[in-house]
Amino acid sequence: MTLHMEKGGISRSARRSLWKLSYLQRKCIFSVLSVGRLPIHIAFIMDGNRRYGEQRNLKEGAGHKAGYLALMLMVIYCCELGIKYITAYAFSIDNFKRGPDKVQYIMDLMLEKIELELSKKDSLFSRYGVKVHFSGNMELLSDPIKDAAKRLMVATANNSNTLLTVCFAYTSRNEILHAIQETCQEKLAQIQLQESISEGRISMCNPGQGNDVLKLADIEKHMYMAIAPDPDIIIRTSGENRLSNFLLWQSANSCLISFSQLWPGISCWHLVWAVLNFQRNHYYLEKKKKKQI
Amino acid sequence: MLSLSLAIPTVNTLSPPKPKPKSSLVQTASNQTEIFPSRVFVPNRFGYKLQAATTDVANGKISVAGEFSEEEEELPEGLNKELMPKHVAVIMDGNGRWARQRGLPTSAGHEAGVRSLRELVELCCRWGIQVLTVFAFSSENWIRPKVEVDFLMSLFERALKSELETFSRGGIRISVIGDSSKLPTSLQELIHEVEETTKDNSRLQLIVAVSYSGKYDVVQACRSIAEKAKHGNIQLEDINESLIERELETNCTEFPYPDLLIRTSGELRVSNFLLWQLAYTELFFDQQLWPDFGKDEFVEALTSHQQRQRRYGGRHS
Repeated sequence: MTLHMEKGGISRSARRSLWKLSYLQRKCIFSVLSVGRLPIHIAFIMDGNRRYGEQRNLKEGAGHKAGYLALMLMVIYCCELGIKYITAYAFSIDNFKRGPDKVQYIMDLMLEKIELELSKKDSLFSRYGVKVHFSGNMELLSDPIKDAAKRLMVATANNSNTLLTVCFAYTSRNEILHAIQETCQEKLAQIQLQESISEGRISMCNPGQGNDVLKLADIEKHMYMAIAPDPDIIIRTSGENRLSNFLLWQSANSCLISFSQLWPGISCWHLVWAVLNFQRNHYYLEKKKKKQI
Repeated sequence: MLSLSLAIPTVNTLSPPKPKPKSSLVQTASNQTEIFPSRVFVPNRFGYKLQAATTDVANGKISVAGEFSEEEEELPEGLNKELMPKHVAVIMDGNGRWARQRGLPTSAGHEAGVRSLRELVELCCRWGIQVLTVFAFSSENWIRPKVEVDFLMSLFERALKSELETFSRGGIRISVIGDSSKLPTSLQELIHEVEETTKDNSRLQLIVAVSYSGKYDVVQACRSIAEKAKHGNIQLEDINESLIERELETNCTEFPYPDLLIRTSGELRVSNFLLWQLAYTELFFDQQLWPDFGKDEFVEALTSHQQRQRRYGGRHS
């Protein structure tokens, strides 16, 4: 029996031992990293899944499955490091431009993974205390996915160690547009209320005053990403150096790091390197701020 | 804080410093307070720039008299004319550090930065780039020491006055974006005059972001939209991405979205510059400090840009 198991690959007990060993190794490295300032929020642009599958001659969609596993591993590493907020760019509104069968595959994969997590008694999210939130224009999604996403958010609502935000059917411009629409609607409603209170007299809000009332915070509170602070680090894989309509508003002061590695191949070392770069930049910025005070 | 040195088994990280084929290199002592010591490559033209800068400061002028060539120059080897970006944006970072490394006052760094900008404008004209946006002064820079801020305001005034004629003759249109209400009145008036004088020029549009913040740009667009909605000029359902684009300060140009953003001095962030507009912009981070950013570095940035595959969320089949 054991021989049969080992014939097919590493045995389960050997896998557990390897995982324990790598956990101890990470614990060592993370405790050293923790001496410096740790980022509170790390965001990931998970680019390169399809190319990963093609390079390894895997069947259609296998790259995205590998990408999902890589995300789960990265969530584990971030939780072990003590990162409070993780955001992952899973599906852009622009990605709807891809072939319908490719889009459908990703939708099916998302649905399958959500249902899998919901069905497990001891899911990764419960074990690590991860609360899941979906950010994006959910109205663009089909009802089964919307429903599954809501159920996962409810199921993990009481977890409080880390917040994982999955950006699905998301673009930053759509997020800003939505926030502006909500803000304008809110301001118009306020003006109409004031007008009705003043019983039909001309509104006390003259144009100049109206402009003074609308502030940055008014827009920010309507952002999908208002649930998390701005990311300290944005990591993009596959060697591209662009934001691709991801967290444009929130990335104003984020450290942008690009790895040539494709997303499914990302490792703990990439995370360590990103945090070290963040600490170096953070130290320099703090020094600059102190000089200006 | 611990000083760490790790051999990371990554294939590539963001813009590693490339060795430059310079004949004279001066390696400064590494900064002991930094975790990763940085090497500084001082190009041959350092001496020329310093001399020119002090001369210009002494004479109260910013630039050496010169003309922009009217002919479009053949591109350097390796650059494809079809793939040249229409709009390049630059975050001109590193003037202060450049000056400190040479034991000069910060003002000398900013003066040298103006010269670098002039060189870049000239290159853009020669190589057919249509829009150049530069981040001259952020809304967050107001917290800098008053002496430095006052110097920068006077530097802008002097630069605009001395370059106005050259830019006019060179067919360069100047636009200034940002919250101009915080600027000295004399500078505001000068900006208005410069914009009016050059508004019909079409060879290159130089957009200078002064007292600018990407978030502020979106907020003022939102205020404008709210005002229109309040007066019934638009309905809430009409608010879309195109409307927002038209209300942003970059509506002064036909190509509001940069194809390429260059940031110098090795900082890996966009620092609140053109947030909405940068959705699909290729980012290029250069280790050189801004006064040292010249033709070679610009060619490197353009070459990198031309090699990239831009998919805008779709797929190349």
